[in-house]
Amino acid sequence: MALDAPHLSLRRLAGRFTGSIDGPLFTLALILVAIGLVTLYSASYEYPARVTGQLANLAVAFTAMWVFAQIPPQTLMRFAVPAYLAGLLLLVAVALFGDIANGARRWLHVGVTRFQPSEMMKIAMPLMLAWYFHRHEATLRTRDFLVAGVLLLVPVLLIAKQPDLGTAVLVMAAGCYVIFFAGLSWKVIAGLAVAGIAGLFPLWGLLHDYQRKRILTLLDPTTDPLGAGYHIIQSTIAVGSGGILGKGWLQGTQTHLEFIPERHTDFIFAVFSEEFGLIGNCVLLLLYLLLIARGLMIAANAPTFFSRLLAGAVTLIFFTYAFVNMGMVSGILPVVGVPLPFVSYGGTALATLFVGIGILMSVHRHRKLVQT
Amino acid sequence: MRLTELKNHERELYYFQLRIGAAGVAVLIAFGVLFARFVYLQVVQRDYYHTKAEDNRISIVPVAPNRGLILDRNGVVLARNYSAYTLEILTAKVADVERTINELAEVVEIQPRDRSRFRKLLVETRNAESLPIRTRLTDEEVARFAANRYRFPGVEIKARLFRQYPFGELASHVIGYIGRINDKDQERLEELGVEANYRGTDFVGKSGIEGSYQNELHGTTGIEQVEIDAGGRGIRTLSRTPAQSGNDITLALDIKLQEIAENAFAGRRGALVAIEPGTGGVLAFVSKPGFDPNLFVEGIDPQSWAELNNSPDRPLNNRAIAGLYPPGSTFKPYLALAALELGKRKTTQTIFDPGYFEFGGRRFRDDKVGGHGTVDMYKSIVQSCDTYYYVLSNDLGIDAIARSLAPFGFGSRTGIDLDGESVGVLPSPEWKMKRFRKPEQQKWYAGETISIGIGQGYNSYTPMQLAQAMATLAANGAVYKPHLVHYIDNQRTSSRRYLEPELVRRIPLKDENIEFIKQAMAGVNKEGTGARAFAGAQYTSGGKTGTAQVIAIKANEKYNEKNVQERHRDHSLFIAFAPLENPKIALAIVVENGGFGATAAAPIARAVLDYYLLGKVPDPVKPPAGDAADEEEGD
Repeated sequence: MALDAPHLSLRRLAGRFTGSIDGPLFTLALILVAIGLVTLYSASYEYPARVTGQLANLAVAFTAMWVFAQIPPQTLMRFAVPAYLAGLLLLVAVALFGDIANGARRWLHVGVTRFQPSEMMKIAMPLMLAWYFHRHEATLRTRDFLVAGVLLLVPVLLIAKQPDLGTAVLVMAAGCYVIFFAGLSWKVIAGLAVAGIAGLFPLWGLLHDYQRKRILTLLDPTTDPLGAGYHIIQSTIAVGSGGILGKGWLQGTQTHLEFIPERHTDFIFAVFSEEFGLIGNCVLLLLYLLLIARGLMIAANAPTFFSRLLAGAVTLIFFTYAFVNMGMVSGILPVVGVPLPFVSYGGTALATLFVGIGILMSVHRHRKLVQT
Repeated sequence: MRLTELKNHERELYYFQLRIGAAGVAVLIAFGVLFARFVYLQVVQRDYYHTKAEDNRISIVPVAPNRGLILDRNGVVLARNYSAYTLEILTAKVADVERTINELAEVVEIQPRDRSRFRKLLVETRNAESLPIRTRLTDEEVARFAANRYRFPGVEIKARLFRQYPFGELASHVIGYIGRINDKDQERLEELGVEANYRGTDFVGKSGIEGSYQNELHGTTGIEQVEIDAGGRGIRTLSRTPAQSGNDITLALDIKLQEIAENAFAGRRGALVAIEPGTGGVLAFVSKPGFDPNLFVEGIDPQSWAELNNSPDRPLNNRAIAGLYPPGSTFKPYLALAALELGKRKTTQTIFDPGYFEFGGRRFRDDKVGGHGTVDMYKSIVQSCDTYYYVLSNDLGIDAIARSLAPFGFGSRTGIDLDGESVGVLPSPEWKMKRFRKPEQQKWYAGETISIGIGQGYNSYTPMQLAQAMATLAANGAVYKPHLVHYIDNQRTSSRRYLEPELVRRIPLKDENIEFIKQAMAGVNKEGTGARAFAGAQYTSGGKTGTAQVIAIKANEKYNEKNVQERHRDHSLFIAFAPLENPKIALAIVVENGGFGATAAAPIARAVLDYYLLGKVPDPVKPPAGDAADEEEGD
């Protein structure tokens, strides 16, 4: 070691840092983040500090990604149960002692900062289920799927009760993807789909008023143009008025005249879509498609059952984020609090997403280690 | 063992990759749906949403023009604008107005009269966007509200221009007042097709010059295209068509003269109109009592309204153009002139007045017990001999009287530039035919002609008409349309438009006849019924007193002022012009229930003429002359 030339050891050091980074994945994420910053700049013209704030968030997110990219899937597997249990415990704690903000009990005070346990469930859930299925890989029976179902539903219900429909949907989706990839038979999936649709009706009774209203106004936003329908009407106008080419960067009137609520977070897509039009939307769709394709490829080539399930689920979570967000902004899905992945302002979501990227990178990097 | 494991592993991987493929297909389908939605919104429906976005951001804001000023002939401002803060409630955005007002009362002072006024406005102006609950907020109140603003969505502080009438009650019937546009005004504006020019304007002239010159004073509403945010707040102005201020209106009226005239009424009811003969310019225009037009500007509170409306003095009634009075003896000079023109009388022809005229078994009593003795035309005017005119009108006949006096404007609207002018009644058989329904009422009786001669009977004219006739006589028969406005200034083009004297007709009158009547009227002020009031005047003038009966006095009964209720006392009238040779002013005065014309009305004429011709300001108001009327010779 002492004989090594300094520049060699530097390169090695750099290699150690970058070796774990998957080029295509990171590039795609970076482009998306760049688009996010550009759009954020436009959406926050009256508050430019948001852009620098997002840059700080990015620094944290990149670090998280890098850290997770270093952790081999086997090691990650060891964290599955503790992470899940900790998350569950915290969710219970939130339900008991959490802070209420905007009519929902989502936050938990941890020292000086507040913390959303539901957020960590987005990662802990697929981790836990992937771990569970991996353990029972050889002898997967219906009973295991039932157990997985219970493991999934308990935290989801806790989150939905907060209420945080957006996160509940994402955690639920994450769990379902693992179960799906684990090989739940198509017959059961079909049966569940039927049962699920039938079950919507009793579920309707469990929903909070505002959640029902969101769904109802989705069907006809004009019934409440100044209330619950306002978001949808204004964001649809923004998207529609963007046309094919868009109004141009910083030129979106809907945005700049503050017609778009939450325009730097959940509704940033309305800003993007108004200013960059159909062309911009297609570029965005393509980028997400490539990101998802890359993730699914990594999953398909993953060496272990655990890493496959995890990578597949994480990838589809990206998809879920993107689909639900763009769907809600363009008015075909109800308004649930789901950010546009890598684009929306917000440190927590960004960190979670990059942790997902990190996990994918780790899976990709360790694809051949176990096979031999 | 290892082999099966490997086999299992491969099968497992195969199944997994199938699922990955299925997921990929699902992703593609989902993104396809999104893509379709984007195409639908951004290509198919793009124009629709584009329009919506434009509508969203551009708001057309009308800019109300500044109302033109009203000035007197010397440039003294009679109606002006000032800026003040108002607290306004956007009624459409406030669910519970009553509760909001109660809460506002904790922040700014809100009097019960503010509340009742607001309720009144609420009823009268249904389509108004915002209505003031308080006006003229102090700086402190503005600050206090601003600090509590968040509590009151739909309540705003606005800086508004307010109309102000610095002279208050003075000339209130000339200037009039503005008030909030109510439903009726709105209908009228829509009928005229000018409602667009009134967008953003809350006020409209309701009476007086404010009302009749509304179009001139209003100006042209400007338009601002303002980019607004979702909260409706203006962000920046995209384009601006500035409002054009209304035209300034300068009256022919002299406010100082007006003040002297009004003061001379000393609290009595009545009217005075002074006209410049030969132009028709109205120099003074009094209707007493008046009112404070400032009360109306912010919407009058019901209490003040009730006070004005229910007062037995009827202060809102414009007596000068809408009040109808029998002219009494002021009618006599015109009748005498008619007789001269028709050749029915010579100036030297005399009658003997025993104190009454008997006709159809009825005695028409002269005012002077025992009569005036031998009376010629000069004396008949100077001493106001009733009997002379009983005989004369009987000789002339009602048709000739009506025909001769109509050209002077008796019984027709003068066309003065104010709304609400009454027609009056110049009695004639035709008039009676139209006026009454029953055949026995429609018939004209010869006896009715007799009292017409002394300005009684059906005779009924506005003070405006009396002044118009006086001005016509003073101008030797030239009838000019009376007008209050002298000229109109357009601020934008700096152009001035004069209201040119409008000659309506020239009555063909013989110079010597006019001259004789004028001399006789001069005699009134020198040695007749007006002599006391005009004692020591440093100018020549002609006048005629008049006393008009309010209630019918039974035949053969002597009218006794002291026995009659104040409201049933005679009206006191006076007409005058001066100077004699080249008249510069002609006027008519009615003092309601003032008694003899010489007592109440003539001194008012003296004060007005003194100021107008000599610039003499009368001594501080004297108490109205006492019941010295009995000393006077006739009326």
